[in-house]
Amino acid sequence: MNDIKVKVKDLSLRYGTNLALKKISMDIPEKMVTAFIGPSGCGKSTFLRTLNRMNDLIDNVTIEGEVLIDNINIYDKNIDVVNLRKKVGMIFQKSNPFAKSVYDNIAFGPRINGISNKKILDEIVERSLKQAAIWDEVKDRLFNSALSLSGGQQQRICIARSLAVNPEIILMDEPASALDPISTAKIEELIHELKKEYTIIIVTHNMQQAARTSDLTALFYLGDLIEMNKTEIIFSNPAKKQTEDYISGRFG
Amino acid sequence: MNRNIKDTIVESLTGVCVLVIIFIIVAILTITIIGGWPNLNWTFLSEFPKDGMTKGGIFPAIVGTAVMTIIMAIAAVPFGVITAIYLAEYANEKSVIAKTIRFAVKTLAVVPSIIFGLFGLGFFIGFVGKNMDAIFSGGELKWGQPNILWASLTMALLTLPVVIVSVEEAIRTIPRDMREASLALGATKWQTIRKVVLPGSVSGILTGTILAVSRGAGEVAPILFTGAVYFSSNLPHSLSDQFMSLGYHIYIMSTQSSNVDATQPIQFATTLVLLLLTFSLNAVAVILRYRIRQKAK
Amino acid sequence: MSKKEDIVTFNKKKFRFSDWFAEKVIKAVAFLSIAVVILIFIFVFREAFPIFRMDKTVAATTQTLVQERYGGAGTDNSTPKLADNQVANSNKTHVPVDKPSATLLSKTWMPVSDNPRYGLWPLFLGTLKVTLVALLFAAPISILAAIYTAMFAKPRIREIIKPVIELLAGFPSVVIGFFALMVMATVFQNIFGYASRLNAFVGGIAMGLAAIPIIYTLTEDALTAIPKTFTEASLGLGASRRQTAFYVILPAAVPGIFAAVVLGLGRIFGETMIALMATGNAAMISINPFDSVRTLSATIGAEMAEVVFGDTHYNVLFLIGSLLFIFTFALNALAEFYFKNLVVRKYQSRK
Repeated sequence: MNDIKVKVKDLSLRYGTNLALKKISMDIPEKMVTAFIGPSGCGKSTFLRTLNRMNDLIDNVTIEGEVLIDNINIYDKNIDVVNLRKKVGMIFQKSNPFAKSVYDNIAFGPRINGISNKKILDEIVERSLKQAAIWDEVKDRLFNSALSLSGGQQQRICIARSLAVNPEIILMDEPASALDPISTAKIEELIHELKKEYTIIIVTHNMQQAARTSDLTALFYLGDLIEMNKTEIIFSNPAKKQTEDYISGRFG
Repeated sequence: MNRNIKDTIVESLTGVCVLVIIFIIVAILTITIIGGWPNLNWTFLSEFPKDGMTKGGIFPAIVGTAVMTIIMAIAAVPFGVITAIYLAEYANEKSVIAKTIRFAVKTLAVVPSIIFGLFGLGFFIGFVGKNMDAIFSGGELKWGQPNILWASLTMALLTLPVVIVSVEEAIRTIPRDMREASLALGATKWQTIRKVVLPGSVSGILTGTILAVSRGAGEVAPILFTGAVYFSSNLPHSLSDQFMSLGYHIYIMSTQSSNVDATQPIQFATTLVLLLLTFSLNAVAVILRYRIRQKAK
Repeated sequence: MSKKEDIVTFNKKKFRFSDWFAEKVIKAVAFLSIAVVILIFIFVFREAFPIFRMDKTVAATTQTLVQERYGGAGTDNSTPKLADNQVANSNKTHVPVDKPSATLLSKTWMPVSDNPRYGLWPLFLGTLKVTLVALLFAAPISILAAIYTAMFAKPRIREIIKPVIELLAGFPSVVIGFFALMVMATVFQNIFGYASRLNAFVGGIAMGLAAIPIIYTLTEDALTAIPKTFTEASLGLGASRRQTAFYVILPAAVPGIFAAVVLGLGRIFGETMIALMATGNAAMISINPFDSVRTLSATIGAEMAEVVFGDTHYNVLFLIGSLLFIFTFALNALAEFYFKNLVVRKYQSRK
């Protein structure tokens, strides 16, 4: 097993008085794919968003516990959240490229980091698009609007966009749920390639997808972490009955 | 009475109301066009009034209106855009400050236009201008009197809510997940506003500006005693000059003209010019706003 | 670009000057809108206040000097417009006059005379008459037209009607005033055969025209904001469109329609140009809607240009302005709080 990249200790989250995450603890190893599964509304997306502090954007949220990335608690008072998000990227459920050209979408991240040299930007754009396995499809259309691409292509543009800022961890919130099977397959293939360099954490409501793509799987239910283990074990020989019930479709 | 009959009567009645309103709109347009079109030619638009306003053109009024609305827009648009950014991006809706600012904007929107004129007189002319004279020209009267600068600033306050509402609406149509995408890439709030939100709101800013200009060109009450004059032999060439304006011209000519027969065609033609101007501006703004709303769907 | 170095940087909070600065500036500018409202309060009241400090002997009559006009006919740019109080004084005659603040409640508005009277009643009454006519004309038509647009019209037709009526909102009030003065006044006089060509009726109808787009648009918004499920439920029970509109949707939309009318009322109340051009400008007390009237805002508009800066008449005009400001401010505050409370309460009771 690889080194632990993210260590979560007793993380609880409240929306107002409603306890949405109940003392979650887990270790996420680096350069592997960890999947969060569970029925709708069980807290897996909420938990994902705590890893890059996107929940800060919502009013009335209180968080207890710690999230350590490379042994630094990201909920510490002195953390620079803006820089944190450069290290921990996010892909959203519905692809959200900016209303700009493909090139400007990818170059957005480097530009806000102060890179303005055209040659360097060109290089970064090409590299990121290649890493996202979409370079060939868009290399002649770099200056067209990103919104003119298909849903699956837009999602890969969003992935390229995240890659352009050189993250170490990539969070994916149901990245293929809005896509057709062919695009979904492409995304899953991409994840398989990306894990060689990046730590990937993916939320999915599609169990088969989790089984196909991940190395570790964690089952969430009603804000609790039920079980977390290597994917083969979860899907063939789970320790908890609840896990077995969910896998076999008895609920959720 | 049979229900179907009731239905038909009532539905027809409401439909008639729509027709009445539309009829009035058409009537105003038609009569203005019939009365004003014969007089509308290039000379009319490019000449100064002659012979005690009974002949000639309205060129200085067109220029005066244009210059005044430009100065007004320069003052109002940045102020309005920034306030809209505050309301859409920085305000915590529950805080007292945000609620007060919103209330202040709504208040400005319903204050009668003549009050702005009084404010222009009491504040810009009577306070700012007077003190400027005391400081810069040793008491000699230059800024403490009506001129195009004070009239434009007065008008800017009147149209400020128009800009704010349009721009805020445009900013709010930008979906939340676009902002989240930007923040998730490690952009700061201000970077997100500058590079994602504002570029996406340009059409809203344009709409707001055009609506403000249209309103500014048409309102007369605020400039009645803050800078407009009925006749001026030259065009305004400095901020301390007075100016002629289309709306003011129509007002004075139709209520105080001594030679009604001679000036009536001019009155109609001037009204037509003002109407065409505000109409085309509004039409452009409406189309822009429609496109903004379509994009949001 | 060592990765280890990059990680360390999120450990310490970084101060970003442009973000901090931008936020400060934006908040300060937004605050200015409050400052403007307060300034309006201050500077309009400031010029009205002297009225209450005046007594008999200090108050002087106004002799209007023809050259001291704000933008009157025949002026040119180089002559100083403002008469200093010193200059004006040399033309004032000190005659025993009534205390100005006492005359405020009298029935005569005659600011230019040997014994000036600043009775506000004729102006209040004139404003009331015009407003009533305008509201009685505009509100029903706008609301019924909105009902047609929102409830009975086919979607294609609705797409056409709405913008066309919003066009009326684009007519500057001076244009409506001109139309009233030139066309409507003559037409109505021919129909009704009354004496004064320009009166409360003509002015009122014209003001109503200015208010129609406001009441119409807001009412239509209020009606379409009612969830479709209400309409569907009602029609599903066998009610006709008319019955649904009047017995289900309309009652639910009342707060919004009320707000629409209030806003229209505010517009009518503050309208100046139409009043100046179409009401006849005679400050008199009469019940007859076909008599000429003078509204509060028209008084300011007509007389401010001919007033000496800083004298009693000037102060009274500012007083009228202050009253107008207070009234519209209160109306707006009322509509805001009433509307918010009623809507909030409605929502809660629905649960």
